[in-house]
Amino acid sequence: MSSGLRLVLRGPPQQRLDLSPLTPDRLAGLDRAAIERLAVGTTRETIRVGDIFIVHDGDPASLAIEGGSERFDRVGEGMRSGALHLDGDAGMRAGRGLAGGRLTIAGNVGPLAASGMIDGHIEIGGDAGACLGGPLPGERAGMRGGVVVVRGGVGERAADRMRRGLIVVAGDARRHAGCAMIAGTLIVCGQADHTAGILMRRGTIVLGRPCTLSPTFIGVGDADPVFRRLLARAVAPLCAQAAALAMIATRRFNGDMAAIGKGEVLMAS
Amino acid sequence: MPGVTRNGVLIDDTFAEAFDMRATALVITAPTARWARQAAATATGFATSIIGCGVEAGIDATLDPEATPDGRPGMRVLMCAGSTGELQKQLLARVAQCVLTSPGSACYAGLEGTEALKLGDGLRYFGDGWQISKRIGGRHIWRIPVMDGEFVCEATTGLTKGAVGGGNLILMGRTTEATLAAAEAASDAIAGVADAIAPFPGGIARSGSKIGSKYKALPASTNDAYCPTLRGVAPASALGDDTASVLEIVIDALTPGAVAAAMRAGLHAAIALGPERGASRIGAGNYGGKLGKHHFRLLELLS
Repeated sequence: MSSGLRLVLRGPPQQRLDLSPLTPDRLAGLDRAAIERLAVGTTRETIRVGDIFIVHDGDPASLAIEGGSERFDRVGEGMRSGALHLDGDAGMRAGRGLAGGRLTIAGNVGPLAASGMIDGHIEIGGDAGACLGGPLPGERAGMRGGVVVVRGGVGERAADRMRRGLIVVAGDARRHAGCAMIAGTLIVCGQADHTAGILMRRGTIVLGRPCTLSPTFIGVGDADPVFRRLLARAVAPLCAQAAALAMIATRRFNGDMAAIGKGEVLMAS
Repeated sequence: MPGVTRNGVLIDDTFAEAFDMRATALVITAPTARWARQAAATATGFATSIIGCGVEAGIDATLDPEATPDGRPGMRVLMCAGSTGELQKQLLARVAQCVLTSPGSACYAGLEGTEALKLGDGLRYFGDGWQISKRIGGRHIWRIPVMDGEFVCEATTGLTKGAVGGGNLILMGRTTEATLAAAEAASDAIAGVADAIAPFPGGIARSGSKIGSKYKALPASTNDAYCPTLRGVAPASALGDDTASVLEIVIDALTPGAVAAAMRAGLHAAIALGPERGASRIGAGNYGGKLGKHHFRLLELLS
């Protein structure tokens, strides 16, 4: 039996919810009554935690939310420490601005997951929506650090303007994966399309299946094995598929020459 | 000088006097064990004594691929100096000239320290703007384009201010051959001790020195008390009539415990040969205990 704090969903929410108050660091020191009074609604109708969840006492440093919904927005947003597990789906901005700790979401997530993430670890069991690790409109950069692992596929513009950190996608990536990357590493074990890496400045994109990149990428032959070995070892505890890919992604393309051309795409043959 | 006899070998009742040093460690890897050793040997060449080399360095261990960051054959080397500034200067110069230049090499931190020394952070400019910074697996590395691919180098390595230099054994024998055999046995034993190096050629010094000289420009000069050819001539010879040759092993290590372990290993290896095939007497060098704060007594190391 877990000693962590548990929130059990009473039923499907009737409006979109802002679950950003429910992080281990923000719940520290609050008793059950105080937690139940926290407002999580997003409309003029006030919704509190106690209306949506049955709260079971426990250590908030290990928080579990049982039952998910695509209406659960901002899950783990700004989280700084501890562990938060959501046993289901989440809506938009899951883990946005995450600065520490570990967020795991068993199901699918909506757009802008890990947006502006600073540090920590996010694991998504299903698919992720558009702009994974990307910036909000008006922001200059996306993810700035940390590790994101997506067991399924990702939507458009994954790692958009990513500055630092690591994103591992076990499945496929839709259009514009790694577009305008500033730095960092994106690994897509499945299929990406020809828009991958478009306008990237620096950074590394590793693609599991061959695709024809933009003509502004230049094939430079074999990628140096030392970095790929280090990458394989680093991602092995996260995703065995990605670790294997790092060892076989030997074709290197430099680009995007339409930007400053200091990025690289490593591709399996 | 009183002492005890073990296996026919006289062990002087004396001590080695050693000093605090600043030190770091590197892990150097390459596509093959041959090239890992070549890079490590080159980087630790001309590094016998801080008197003339700026740094004392040597190979600490051969690493299996499983023990290196990139899964390739590797070597761990130690570098010790008298000051942090000199250590930093020597570190960058040696890695730049001897490791960066070696085919297929990569270089990583070999020590976690409370303070950091620049490694790739100082060498990255060789990339002339094409260098790539990556943070993966808890490491910050620089990828510097070179003519055979990339030189991967960790950004920093650790510094320890708790290193000790100057542990030593003085091996005295009845013939040149027996003395060398004892020194070789001791050096081989010390090579197996972790976190310790014997920086002189093959781990052995034949020109032990004393502080100072009759010539004012020299900080050190020959240790006339242990020169067989000066017996009866030098003012205070430490040698008996049956000593024909003397060799010294100097030990630097990351901790006082590692110095003691290395001296113990060397001492026992030399004793095991006996006085006919090895040294007939073993002593240690000191300055009366007034200069170095670490004293390693030979008789305590016999146990």
